[in-house]
Amino acid sequence: MIDGTAVLIPSQSMTTIQRIDPRFRLLAAFFLIITAVTFSSWQPIAILIVIAAILTGFAKPDWPRTVKMVLAMDGFILVMLAMLPFTVSGQPFLTLWGLQASFEGLFQAVLIGLKANATILVLIALVGGMDAIMLGRGLQGLYIPAKLITLFMFTIRYIDVLRREYLRLRLSMRARGFAAGNNRHSWRSIGYLLGMLLVRSHERSERILWAMKCRGYHGHMHFGALPRRQSRDYCFAAAVLILAGFLIGLEVACPPLG
Amino acid sequence: MHIVDGALSSEVIVTGAVLGVVGVGYGLRKIDIDAMPRVAMMSAVFFVASLIHVPVGPTSAHLIVNGLAGLMLGWAIFPAIFVGLLLQAIFFGFGGITVLGVNTINIALPGFVMWLVISPIIARTDGKMLLMAGFVAGAGAIGLSSMLVGLSLAASGQEFITTAKLVVASHIPVMVVEGILTAAALHLVKKVRPVMLEPAGVLRSAT
Repeated sequence: MIDGTAVLIPSQSMTTIQRIDPRFRLLAAFFLIITAVTFSSWQPIAILIVIAAILTGFAKPDWPRTVKMVLAMDGFILVMLAMLPFTVSGQPFLTLWGLQASFEGLFQAVLIGLKANATILVLIALVGGMDAIMLGRGLQGLYIPAKLITLFMFTIRYIDVLRREYLRLRLSMRARGFAAGNNRHSWRSIGYLLGMLLVRSHERSERILWAMKCRGYHGHMHFGALPRRQSRDYCFAAAVLILAGFLIGLEVACPPLG
Repeated sequence: MHIVDGALSSEVIVTGAVLGVVGVGYGLRKIDIDAMPRVAMMSAVFFVASLIHVPVGPTSAHLIVNGLAGLMLGWAIFPAIFVGLLLQAIFFGFGGITVLGVNTINIALPGFVMWLVISPIIARTDGKMLLMAGFVAGAGAIGLSSMLVGLSLAASGQEFITTAKLVVASHIPVMVVEGILTAAALHLVKKVRPVMLEPAGVLRSAT
């Protein structure tokens, strides 16, 4: 859950990866993910997963939560992956209830599963430890439009505010004996709850605008300047490039799966 | 509704990214300085809504309400949805990075279409007609979204066609629930704060 305190306050723990310039981390994550998604053999993706998992261990010591995140994502795509062997035609290896499962489909499912896991682990390892302010500064350093970053920062802040508002409204519904069931009354009531949330947030944004104007708001967030790029940032970039080169070499050397 | 990294072909990913950049870019231009907190509030509302689970038949589904989001935000739905998806990808690891463009279009475009078609009607009607329009906007946006998800999968490979059909079929009950929900929410907003439902009402000041 995003709660304001967790992502808005600059994070205190500074592991090696967290000391690296956010611009470099964002670019590295983006580069590695794009590279991994285009691979067609499993070996380089598996190695990337292992490396990202080790890095995650250093970057985010909260293992149970990380594992839960990865498993939640895997559970989400499981149905789609389980169907693939049956829908791809090819060499059958298993017949289940009159349906044939093909090796080609199995390989494709394995490949998609590996890529999804590699992506999530690279993200957690390189970007996951960033707080929102760091992320905003990093994005700004990469010439993402200031308006988009402002919207991003404001939204992060308001999500927490509105979640509290939602829980308050939900509590008052419960106090009046509401329990969500499978009927039109429940759906309509939740619709009203959503409508009320919209109305209240509209009102609130009005007050926020005036308060911000009083404090000289003129369109975008201000971030402190990023620290100067240091030698460790360049070392990190070089390491990522070497890793990518190694993975690409492996991709060329290994036969494509399937 | 999300598609993960690695499932789509590069043509689909690039198409989605290009369309996404156009939508987000034009949407951002429509947000002036004064509208920024309002749009951010709305995108936060829809982010929180996506955490609400409602019972649908034997299971439960989380809300998407992209129809309602479209009616409220107009063009600004593209950046609002993009920001929500980016947040999910970075802080929850959910969704994906290379598919951000595709996912943004799949969710935001139907809402935007509903804004084009339905919001002129909503500004004028009341009562039963308003509820009907709300239902059509809510159900139609989900229907279109699931079709777009199915289409992006089917365009990536023949083998996904069964999955694509399943995606569309499994969203039919969600369509009904979201339709009822959107109608109710619109009904309340129209009663309490009609100015929000005027064309681009959310982007303008209430006073």
